[in-house]
Amino acid sequence: MPEPFKIMDCSLVPISLGISAQNLREFREHLTRIPLESLYSHFYENLLRFSFDDPEFRNDFAQWAKRALHDPVLAERLGVLDPYDYPGLEELRNALIEIIDDRLYETRYIPWARPGEEFYFLTSQTVVFDTGIIANTPKELARLFPRLSSSSVYYHFIEARRRLGAKQDDFSNWLKDFGDKYDALIKSLGEVEYYFLSLTELKKELIKIFSAIARRNKKSKG
Amino acid sequence: MTHLLSDYIPIVGEDVINQLKQLSCPLSGKSIVHINSTRVGGGVAEILENMLMLMKELGLESHWEVIDAGENFFKITKKLHNSLQGWEQELPEDWYQTYLEVNQANAERLKDLLENADMVFIHDPQPLPLIQFFPNRKGKWVWRCHIDLSRPVRSVWKNLKGLISQYDASIFSLLSFAQPLEQPMYIIPPSIDPLSEKNIPLADEELERSRQRFGLKTGVPLLVQVSRFDRFKDPLGVVKAYQLVKKYRPVQLVLAGGGATDDPEAEQVLEELKADSQNDPDIHILDLAPESDRTINALQRLADIVLQKSLKEGFGLTVTEALWKGKPVIGGNVGGIKLQVINYHTGFLVDSPEGAALRIRYLLNEKALAKEMGRKGQKFVKENFLITRHVRDYLTLIAGLIKGGGCRLQLD
Repeated sequence: MPEPFKIMDCSLVPISLGISAQNLREFREHLTRIPLESLYSHFYENLLRFSFDDPEFRNDFAQWAKRALHDPVLAERLGVLDPYDYPGLEELRNALIEIIDDRLYETRYIPWARPGEEFYFLTSQTVVFDTGIIANTPKELARLFPRLSSSSVYYHFIEARRRLGAKQDDFSNWLKDFGDKYDALIKSLGEVEYYFLSLTELKKELIKIFSAIARRNKKSKG
Repeated sequence: MTHLLSDYIPIVGEDVINQLKQLSCPLSGKSIVHINSTRVGGGVAEILENMLMLMKELGLESHWEVIDAGENFFKITKKLHNSLQGWEQELPEDWYQTYLEVNQANAERLKDLLENADMVFIHDPQPLPLIQFFPNRKGKWVWRCHIDLSRPVRSVWKNLKGLISQYDASIFSLLSFAQPLEQPMYIIPPSIDPLSEKNIPLADEELERSRQRFGLKTGVPLLVQVSRFDRFKDPLGVVKAYQLVKKYRPVQLVLAGGGATDDPEAEQVLEELKADSQNDPDIHILDLAPESDRTINALQRLADIVLQKSLKEGFGLTVTEALWKGKPVIGGNVGGIKLQVINYHTGFLVDSPEGAALRIRYLLNEKALAKEMGRKGQKFVKENFLITRHVRDYLTLIAGLIKGGGCRLQLD
């Protein structure tokens, strides 16, 4: 019998790097120097920061390009980037710079933001903690799922990719320990387009997938 | 009035309260001291009072001390406060010496408590120099800046920067309010307490009594702006917007504020407001006493639309309060209002009285949309700007600073 699944949670507070950009050229220069942690923060940790739950683009860079620089082309190019498509954050940084260099070459002027619309680079302090809740079986996890906080879902499903490598998450890894019994569930988890979902939407999606276990158990009893 | 953690469960959910308990468990018994300049009045005192009770219940040994000083000191620090927000002020020649002396006397008074605390939070500029009288401090010291420090007066900033740099970290309410500093600069927005007098739900009978008390008509849309009579809050612009709307439909306006009795500028603004409103019986200018939280609560709940048409603003907690009460907000396109008012979702951002008038007319015409905005706004505040989130942020910061471990810390 595999080890029980320990439900963890996390909390973060943003930390300002004290660096801001008024235009795209400044933004590019800062991008070459900021810590890699900051890139991750702007791509994923914004899900845990205060923000309106319905942004047009998921990462901060694309949102700024649209809202402050009024450059929809750049926003779309930045918006489609998924950090986990790259072997590491340094490669992601290079890809970002490439996109910006292309855009600076294409446009005849340097896109500027109005005063008050600058881009502020940040990173964060993240604290991971044990909730004290465990699931002994996938069925138990399915039952507990609605009680999980959004940040717990973030930790096990999104942040896990950073710890374990792309296309992996804590739930799937644990389910694999039960042999091939949950292959269909693991496949469904792998197909979730998490990059386009808010944490509330992601949690709903995962509850739906996990409820398949309960349905299957009912069927097999029937 | 103080509240227990369990009182918040029906509002934020059990998971949020459990999260606070789990996060604070490894910090149990740590001594945390907050120092500010006043125990009553003002947003900082209000937040500290509620936060301390919750922190105590979570097992942290929390203390709150207030700096002891005379009138002269507070006159100086009021000017410092304004200078840090970019307003040129004339300071007496010996201001820095007085500033240090008063803090030194307070350092002696609070020596044991501060020297041995695991964590010390110093709020705003008044107690800022305390740190330099504690070379043997045991814990971490954090400067909590509640004001907009984006463009401080340089001469003052040069004096204070040296003091600030002695701290282990600083906290600002918004990214744009911070100055580049060497130590970590945490971003923690303020919050409202849903159980405070200003925010608790009120019975219909109480709302009706408030309506009658202020002579407000039933069936006529009500616009409300709650803020000091200060030019930066643009009350004259609000009256102009109201007058532009009134050309098209019946409407009434409440401008509720305070401070006109002891602030000469507020008194002047009030006079101009009275002149501009030309004895219009549907404009109600209310100069409220400081302890009018419940009245403000009622007025915000009676409103069809809440306005905060500021020209300069800090975070804008009156916007948060209005959104929490399910009201669409039309706000000035400045400061923290921009974070809370999302066009077509929680309200509208405007840059002129004409813009405000247009959006008021639009929302009074689109009642279903206004209602939907109110619903979204309330959800937005629930998830981001209630005191439970504020406590969580502080616990995260305390854990990060006390336990160390860099940007990513795993608690045992």
